[in-house]
Amino acid sequence: MNAQTPNIILHATDVTKNFGGLKALSDIDLQIEEGKTHAIIGPNGAGKSTLLNVIIGRIPPSSGAVVFDGTILTGKAPHEINQMGISRVFQTPEIFADLTVLQNVMAPAFARRDGPFKVNMFTSVARETEIREAAEGLLNDFGMWERREDTAGTLSRGDKRRLELCMCLIQRPRLLLLDEPTAGMSRHDTNTTIELLKRIKLSGMTKVIIEHDMHVVFSLADKISVLAQGRIIAAGLPQEIKENPRVREAYLGETVQ
Amino acid sequence: MNTLIRQSGLSRLFDLSRRDVITLLIFAAVVLTMPIWLAPLGAAYPGLMQKFAIYAIFAIGFNILFGLTGYLSFGHAAFLGVGSYTAVWSFKLLTMDILPAILFAIVVSGVFALVIGYFSLRRSGIYFSILTLAFAQMCYSLAYSVLTPITQGETGLLVARGDPRVLDTMLGVQAQTGGVPQPSMLGTTITGYTGFYVCAVVLILAFYVSQKIFASPFGMALRGIKSNQTRMVYTGFNTKPYMLAAFVISGMFAGLAGGLLAATDPIAGAERMRWTESGNVVLMTILGGVGTVIGPVIGAWVIKYFENIFSAINTGTLNEWFAFLPDGLQGVFVTVLSKFVGEGWHLTLGLLFVLIVVFLPGGLLEGSQRLAARFRRKKQPQRRELRQMEAGE
Amino acid sequence: MTALFAQLLNGLDKGAAYALIALGLTLVFGTLGVVNFAHGALFMLGAFCAVTFRYLLTIEVVTTDPTQLSPWGQPLQVRTPIIQDWLGDWGAVIVDYSVPLSVLLAIPVMAAIGIAMERGLIRHFYKRTHAEQILVTFGLAIVIGEVVKTFYGPNPYPQPIPSDLRGTADIGAWFGLAPHILTYPIWRLVYLLFSLGVIGGVFAFLRFTTFGMVVRAGMADREAVGFLGIDIDRRFTIVFGLAAAVAGVAGAMYTPLLPPNYNMGMDFLVISFVVVVVGGMGSLPGAVLAGFLLGILQSFASMTEVKTLIPGIDQVIIYLAAVAVLLLRPRGLLGRRGVMES
Repeated sequence: MNAQTPNIILHATDVTKNFGGLKALSDIDLQIEEGKTHAIIGPNGAGKSTLLNVIIGRIPPSSGAVVFDGTILTGKAPHEINQMGISRVFQTPEIFADLTVLQNVMAPAFARRDGPFKVNMFTSVARETEIREAAEGLLNDFGMWERREDTAGTLSRGDKRRLELCMCLIQRPRLLLLDEPTAGMSRHDTNTTIELLKRIKLSGMTKVIIEHDMHVVFSLADKISVLAQGRIIAAGLPQEIKENPRVREAYLGETVQ
Repeated sequence: MNTLIRQSGLSRLFDLSRRDVITLLIFAAVVLTMPIWLAPLGAAYPGLMQKFAIYAIFAIGFNILFGLTGYLSFGHAAFLGVGSYTAVWSFKLLTMDILPAILFAIVVSGVFALVIGYFSLRRSGIYFSILTLAFAQMCYSLAYSVLTPITQGETGLLVARGDPRVLDTMLGVQAQTGGVPQPSMLGTTITGYTGFYVCAVVLILAFYVSQKIFASPFGMALRGIKSNQTRMVYTGFNTKPYMLAAFVISGMFAGLAGGLLAATDPIAGAERMRWTESGNVVLMTILGGVGTVIGPVIGAWVIKYFENIFSAINTGTLNEWFAFLPDGLQGVFVTVLSKFVGEGWHLTLGLLFVLIVVFLPGGLLEGSQRLAARFRRKKQPQRRELRQMEAGE
Repeated sequence: MTALFAQLLNGLDKGAAYALIALGLTLVFGTLGVVNFAHGALFMLGAFCAVTFRYLLTIEVVTTDPTQLSPWGQPLQVRTPIIQDWLGDWGAVIVDYSVPLSVLLAIPVMAAIGIAMERGLIRHFYKRTHAEQILVTFGLAIVIGEVVKTFYGPNPYPQPIPSDLRGTADIGAWFGLAPHILTYPIWRLVYLLFSLGVIGGVFAFLRFTTFGMVVRAGMADREAVGFLGIDIDRRFTIVFGLAAAVAGVAGAMYTPLLPPNYNMGMDFLVISFVVVVVGGMGSLPGAVLAGFLLGILQSFASMTEVKTLIPGIDQVIIYLAAVAVLLLRPRGLLGRRGVMES
């Protein structure tokens, strides 16, 4: 690969997933460029979440392969995939509800620094100044510093989402996967989240966003792939997608109504 | 957490937060002064105080597994028993000194925990509980049957005068004249009070280790597993070895407790491995407060104290207590209450178990905190509530 | 060959007891989602129903027998069981058949105890964690055991087999073998048939009644049944009562085979939990199958030939089987996906 062509960080080739007789994904080809924000859109049941789960290793594909930075992801355990630099925000926030907000953000930082397993039982969390400061800094950026000592389970739904984002960001992932990061949010919260995600965009992190909300997609995406009935029916720049008649018919048309 | 960062020279020595150091110092003082403050409570016997210390260690270890990871083991008595047997064998084969005996007890029970944990941890939830129970029952049944040459079955494993004691012979340590040899530590014979102080020091050390684990990134990872395993694996933690490490550490604590039981009273029997003993340590831990550092210790003390007090009461004592009542009423009171004391202590224990789970799921510690919070709330609204009001939620 | 067959038969009655306990345990777990560690105690209580029943029947009254004279020429004073005094020879037969008849007492008593347990305690634990359910029912099991100990003392109570059902049946002869090659104690045969009857009854109840249909639907998908607007709470209570009654009759009928004492509940509980897990949590046929399999397995492991080959195997075979099944087939023999797996 020479310097001009963009570096493909994630490459899915011919990914097919069958659930029993149901074809959830068929022959998906997807290339994610490094440093770009790539949105995957499509109507309900198009297979977006399945695709994300295949990428993250939660579901093995029936055929085809997902390659991340030269390594095949199929068959790897979730923690191994994370250790390679892929973090994920879930559709319903997965946080440590019993831990404090600060601990929620510090734990992923330990995983990044110490690897998947380390019996570091004779050091003290309180003594880990570097990681704590990084976590507090991030919480400050997201306007949650005041709540750092609160139990994470007591946060509002929007705050839980932001917390989960912090937990992913502190790992400085090479690839961040976001599954409907604004689902169920108010217009105000959605806009705040877009602002936050734009800020991350400036840092050059690669992102894959699965989204329903076109406002979010067109505010953030550099590239868009449209999924319908388990197939990619179109892929390209936001402008091209907007003008693509097939997409308008299959998907955008519905939302315009 | 800000207060935790500021540190005195002393806390640097221990490398604990200031609050933990203060807790540790108070704890050490409380443990070492047991003979003084237990005297008015009528429990300052060395034998009983040894049990206080030993079962507190057992519960502390159990809490490292159950409290931090939420995995409920119903087979921890197996490790207690293994620790006892190992220690007595060390007395028989090597030396009457308790240090190698305890060391071996920890190591051997650790190996057992590694094997049992490796298999049991492949399942979670109730399956894990059943697997640990099955393994412990296997150990118990085998100790009573096939392994009788090692365990002496129902009689229990005893130290005998004619045992080889290779190390003692090599070092020319004289067997005491007459009778069965007594355990010793570096030449000092373990008697009632020395036995208690040995156990007390080990308890303080165990408490310190538990504090360290609770405050460490390792402990945080274990809490993460309890809280949300999905998030843990998608955060890059390999949860299996974490669980296994917690299980083994917890098993080693149990082995240590078993070793100490043998060190203070050199006999080991299979009844120590029964599931009732496993149930006991569960009760101690939840009674005090699961997942807190001090809770299991309090739970162990309360249970051992009441066990001692309640089982010592008989109808005679009850009659004395209720002598002020009219005869008929006295008879009724004594008859009813006598079912709950003495032999009937287990009934009280079972009721306690139910009542705690129903009314005090957080244990005594949380109960007292809630009570204290209720008093405080009357004076001023709590800070968190204020904050929530500001946030408008 | 006949030796193996004899062992198979020997395993069946124990297996039947396991199956009956496990059936109730599974029923409660499958519908109510409660892990009931006090279920063994219900088995034990059932056994004590038999003890109590016999005790009540044999309370003695002092009567004078005019047909006999004491050495002093007075009518002889005799002590007869009260029931015999009332009903004469029929009373004697009733006393003789106290164990099977005690089932009539055990069913209502145990159902009532089960309903009281569910209403008073278990109900409040549907939403709590499994660990808390285990803890509270474990405590309850201790309490039940100790209460029984208070009233009945620590010693076992041997119960007689009705005199007509003592001895052995020459099963081999039924199948054309030479006499006395394959014999089987009659009472064990009775217990086996009785258990099969109860199991069949429970399955038929669940299969052919509307109530059973709702319960089965609840086992398959608890939330969906909730949406149907059916009064689930009352049904849960009844299910718990049913499970308690099944455990109770299993215990009552088992008394001639194992004299009951206050502690037996726990011994059976541990094993029956293993049975449930081996069969697959939440699967009724699995519980029955695993109960019989483990009973037979234990019986084979107790053969002298096997014991000399692998010493101590009879003590641990059940646990070993549990470990093996859980590791190889984590959902048990007939378990469904997704039960207790979070």
